[in-house]
Amino acid sequence: MMRGRVLIPIVVFAALLMSIGLVRIMTIAGASPRSEFLAATMSTETVPDETPQWLVEISLPDGPPRVVTDRVDSLGRAVTVSCASCHSNFDANSARRSADEPPMSFHQGLTFQHGNLSCVTCHNPDDYNALRLADGTRIEYRQVMKSCAQCHAPQARDYERGLHGGMTGFWDRTKGPQKRKSCIDCHDPHAPKFPSMTPTFKPIDRFLEPTRPGD
Amino acid sequence: MSDSDKRTISLPVLGEVSRRTALKAGGATLGLAAFAAAVSPLAGLRGRLSAQELMQRHYKELSADDKARIFERLENEAKERYGADVKIKDPKAIPGVRYGYAINLSVCNGNGACMEACHRENNHDRSTNQSYIRVFEMPIGTTDFKHGDSTYTHDVPREGKYYLPVQCFQCENPPCVDVCPVEATWQEDDGIVVVDYNWCIGCRYCQAACPYHARRFNWKEPQIPAEEVNPDQGYLSNRIRPAGVVEKCHFCLHRTREGRQPACLEACPTGARIFGNLLDPESEIRTVLRTKRVFVLKEELGARPTLFYFFD
Repeated sequence: MMRGRVLIPIVVFAALLMSIGLVRIMTIAGASPRSEFLAATMSTETVPDETPQWLVEISLPDGPPRVVTDRVDSLGRAVTVSCASCHSNFDANSARRSADEPPMSFHQGLTFQHGNLSCVTCHNPDDYNALRLADGTRIEYRQVMKSCAQCHAPQARDYERGLHGGMTGFWDRTKGPQKRKSCIDCHDPHAPKFPSMTPTFKPIDRFLEPTRPGD
Repeated sequence: MSDSDKRTISLPVLGEVSRRTALKAGGATLGLAAFAAAVSPLAGLRGRLSAQELMQRHYKELSADDKARIFERLENEAKERYGADVKIKDPKAIPGVRYGYAINLSVCNGNGACMEACHRENNHDRSTNQSYIRVFEMPIGTTDFKHGDSTYTHDVPREGKYYLPVQCFQCENPPCVDVCPVEATWQEDDGIVVVDYNWCIGCRYCQAACPYHARRFNWKEPQIPAEEVNPDQGYLSNRIRPAGVVEKCHFCLHRTREGRQPACLEACPTGARIFGNLLDPESEIRTVLRTKRVFVLKEELGARPTLFYFFD
């Protein structure tokens, strides 16, 4: 009897939190399973007087990346291996900041331009199928945004508020879902500076025609 | 000069008539020719300008039946002239919504994807790459357009520059609406300034009145390959416009009034664009206004734009 009375307000409070957009924050914290955010279905967890809101889908890595080898299988597909297949045999070198020097037989062509970080600042030397935070806490690859947020707090804050990273879909989430990118969709974690781009489209204005480049 | 000489300089085809008569006849012929030339654009319209279109009333006076007929006619025209199956709709402003747009100049890198998205979404003329957006490359330290350049083709961003995308600001106090002599342009309840392309007479007063160069004159009938025509069209937004009318950004109202984001926002690879409801305190656009350093262009003119710029 007592338990029932206590539980109802908690459920309502939790539902309220979900409805006012804390869904996004929980995603970054990785507190909920990813499938919840991929399902573009109506959330039923809202307080009665509010229109249900569609969820925000964030593109996150499925798991640890696979490393491409020089072998191909019988169908001609490149053979990939997990990080741990090599790294379980090596001791971590916490001083390493580059992939250019031997004996890095893999990671060829990896450019590293991300401050003074070393590989194991983010990669977890105790389990290369995971990442780690600055305090040593193990996190999964799909929680990568939590790793970024440790140093890039203003960007993480703006992202949570919907002001960073862009989106597609619906501005009005009572009418449809939103899709958002994760940090590493736009910023290569090994060289996070946003790349230079070439403009591919120029309107041709009549008053500019005589001086347009190429005329 | 003798009489016989006079005769020889008469127009030979007219034979034995006086010079005065000849000039009269010639003048009449030229007058006819001039008149024919003057009305020739009308002759070109024959078969295109239907009686129904000629007699079409102002958008605000149209009944639901009128609209259904007009939209069907326009859809048929699109099929006939462009070979495209289009659907013209007329979504209404959502009650309790006033749109606002914000652009983050700290991350905009001038790549111009927004201009291209606008070009495709809004059925612009392919030959001129028309678009409702222009991105200006500006030297850091000024917002004066005279220092800006919209024709750059080099890689971006460039040191010492910032990039300023400009489109219609959907001003709260729009000077373009005030000057229209036929009320072909007006502001809707959600703040979007629209044009009835079938009511516009093409006088271009609005274009002159806009302090932001946001309006465009449609110099010619747009050329668009059938497969590139966007079939999702609004009467007051992205339907294919006739030549000789003024057009402008409408915040993609055929999308945004259904709750979707504008095309330029979805296309932006840098995430610089933020759109939403100014009347919703929890919206992203309101968060920008509350937490960022926001400005509008030419604030002193008092047009009160609802497209804002900010820096992180």
